Amino acid sequence: MNASTADAAFVEFDRVQKSYDGETLVVKDLNLTIAKGEFLTMLGPSGSGKTTCLMMLAGFETATHGEIKLAGRPINQVPPHKRGIGMVFQNYALFPHMSVGENLAFPLEVRGMGKSEREAKVARALDMVQMGAFANRRPAQLSGGQQQRIALARALVFDPELVLMDEPLGALDKQLREHMQFEIKALHDRLGITVVYVTHDQGEALTMSDRIAVFNDGRIQQLAPPAELYERPRNSFVAQFIGENNKLPGIIEEFDDKKALVRLATGELIDATPVNIRAKGQQTLVSIRPERVEFKPEMMPPGIHRIGADVLEVVYMGDIFRTRMRVAGSEDFVMKCRNTIGQRKLTPGERIEIAWHAEDARALDPM
Amino acid sequence: MRGGLTTADGKPLKQALAHAQARAKRKALLLVVPLLAFILITFVMPIGQLLFRSIHNDGFSANMPQISAWFDETKAGDAPDEAAYAALVADIAAAAEARTIGVVGTRVNYELSGTRSLFTSAGRNAEDLQPPYREAMLDLNEKWGDPQLWGVMRSVSSAYSANFYLAALDLARDENGEIVRAPEDRRIYGMLFMRTLWLSALITGLCLILAYPVAHLLAVLPLAKSNLLMILVLLPFWTSLLVRTTSWMVMLQEQGVINNTLVALGLIGNESRIQMMYNQAGTIIAMTHILLPFMILPLYSVMRPINPSYVRAARSLGATSWTAFRRVYLPQTLPGIGAGALLVFILSVGYYITPALVGGASGQLISNLIAYHMQDSLNWSLAAALAALLLAGVLILYWLYDRLIGIDNLKLG
Ligand SMILES: Nc1ncnc2c1ncn2[C@@H]1O[C@H](COP(=O)(O)OP(=O)(O)OP(=O)(O)O)[C@@H](O)[C@H]1O
Ligand SMILES: [Mg+2]
Repeated sequence: MNASTADAAFVEFDRVQKSYDGETLVVKDLNLTIAKGEFLTMLGPSGSGKTTCLMMLAGFETATHGEIKLAGRPINQVPPHKRGIGMVFQNYALFPHMSVGENLAFPLEVRGMGKSEREAKVARALDMVQMGAFANRRPAQLSGGQQQRIALARALVFDPELVLMDEPLGALDKQLREHMQFEIKALHDRLGITVVYVTHDQGEALTMSDRIAVFNDGRIQQLAPPAELYERPRNSFVAQFIGENNKLPGIIEEFDDKKALVRLATGELIDATPVNIRAKGQQTLVSIRPERVEFKPEMMPPGIHRIGADVLEVVYMGDIFRTRMRVAGSEDFVMKCRNTIGQRKLTPGERIEIAWHAEDARALDPM
Repeated sequence: MRGGLTTADGKPLKQALAHAQARAKRKALLLVVPLLAFILITFVMPIGQLLFRSIHNDGFSANMPQISAWFDETKAGDAPDEAAYAALVADIAAAAEARTIGVVGTRVNYELSGTRSLFTSAGRNAEDLQPPYREAMLDLNEKWGDPQLWGVMRSVSSAYSANFYLAALDLARDENGEIVRAPEDRRIYGMLFMRTLWLSALITGLCLILAYPVAHLLAVLPLAKSNLLMILVLLPFWTSLLVRTTSWMVMLQEQGVINNTLVALGLIGNESRIQMMYNQAGTIIAMTHILLPFMILPLYSVMRPINPSYVRAARSLGATSWTAFRRVYLPQTLPGIGAGALLVFILSVGYYITPALVGGASGQLISNLIAYHMQDSLNWSLAAALAALLLAGVLILYWLYDRLIGIDNLKLG
């Protein structure tokens, strides 16, 4: 069930553009194919056009330019009710004047399904989300998490092949959110449906998705599986948006395909992997994950450039120590070390040397 | 656990709660006392007065004590004897002296028309009459022997009577006191009540049809635009009702704007101008316009908070736009429809100025007749009875509404 095993594109955005006011493009040249059975997440800051893309796919907004295809068929002219796409809204949109059972029966009823068949399917869908006992309640009598499950069940009850979810867990508290993430993922694996999921919670995106499309400013900045996105961000926006990141601005001193030598503003040299580097002397921003920074000499790769750091603050966070230090003039360089037996404790004011594997530092375009 | 919950020191919880709230309640009561007094004086008392008047009129009984006493001693259908005529003459003479004979005549005239002058002319001659009084009165006027007149006098000899309600329902009493339908040419109130209800229902329906799309538009437009539109909706409230009605007269009359335009466009001939005023059409058009905001506002107030994602959800679940409207949007606006309809209906049932100005004869409503009895015929008791029946009708409708839809479902704004 992921991109590599599926063959033909199930959903396809082909050079799609969208403008609401005729002056600014909210979605700029979107090209995206989603395989059958894939769990694709659209991730991005507020206003980056995620909902707009989802609404175009669902049929509530029309693309200003370009074509959207579903199972190979262009759907620009198909009205929403004929697209057969399940949808979970951020506010759940459960019909307040109908009971839970009636809410679930609604999509079956408008499809002209008989009563007994309908009841069987509703019961099955309710059991699927462990809400079998709540069929007669009104939505207002349910907790947020329960409403969320019903919304999910309603979007799935008519067996759509594609389900869209727009920040479905946004209103839940952290614990419930994590639980529901797990359940949604389990349902996806079990039913083999294709899911397009919108969120601006990167943790959610990383744990649930087969692939993540990072949106910014109406464009996909990077489309990749979670691990690749996290470990090999393609530009500085993605690097900063996903996870915590240390940024060191500098100038390319030397580079080839595999390695680049970057001179920082304060004069030190560091090693990095070139990503968007075209020429020597180019401005760059080196990004390094806090957990990939080493301060114990025995862990450093041989022959690597080291750089001096002043420890400013050590925060105990349970599973890790988060150490903030001054590196190359910047005071918010962070290093994370696991809290293991025998871990050497740093103290503020201490001067140490740090380094990293060249693969873990990525020399990106400056922002 | 017997006796319910208790507080930590063993007092029943309910009692403790009541005690804790008593002070706050007393304070709240003090705050509303002026309003309560105001409502009592300006609302409850006049309505009480009105209801009292509709069953009480002592125009005859207070001024004709002797004959009233005779009626008390005899029973319905007893022919008047000499003693009765003697009492009548004495009363008429005394009333003429006290200049209240007109009041007496008017009271009897309400029940039997053409009798007022009978009393006033008898009043002028009562001094000169000699026994036997029966002959003397019959000499004065044949009608003093009419059993129907005596029946009416018997019925008005008591200050309390349901006769005004009978009249308001197009009923009357015959000479034996039996309730019968009023003569055909005098049955007007029943027809007017029916017309009032029917026109009010029609106007309510028209308002609903016109207001629903407008309210929806107001609810879905961005706030800046919808505020502008809202001002247009409320604009009529800033002009006098009289001005609005008069401007409809300018529009609708035979030489008015609409007819002139139609003639100029050649759609109708100059001779066949449409009669849109001084008939029901005028009442319907003008009242629909005037009452429209009362429908738009409650509708708007329920539509505004309805999230567009409900209809979208319905559409994504496979409903056509019509089904989505019918099954998902419309039910959520029901409280607004109920409130608006109730408001417009109740307002139009009691509407007065507009039908008086543009309604002509066929566009008059019951309130115009009430006004007529208040101002022209001065039969306040009948006006009160008509108004009380109208009030009862509205209350019944309100009760029906509560049973069918539920009053807590109402959302007025
Ligand atoms: N109906 C609309 N009319 C005009 N502009 C709109 C409309 N809907 C969205 N926009 C604009 O389009 C841009 C993208 O909006 P969109 O809702 O797609 O963002 P998003 O990525 O879903 O953001 P969020 O994470 O806050 O939900 C925003 O700048 C927004 O102001
Ligand atoms: Mg959004």
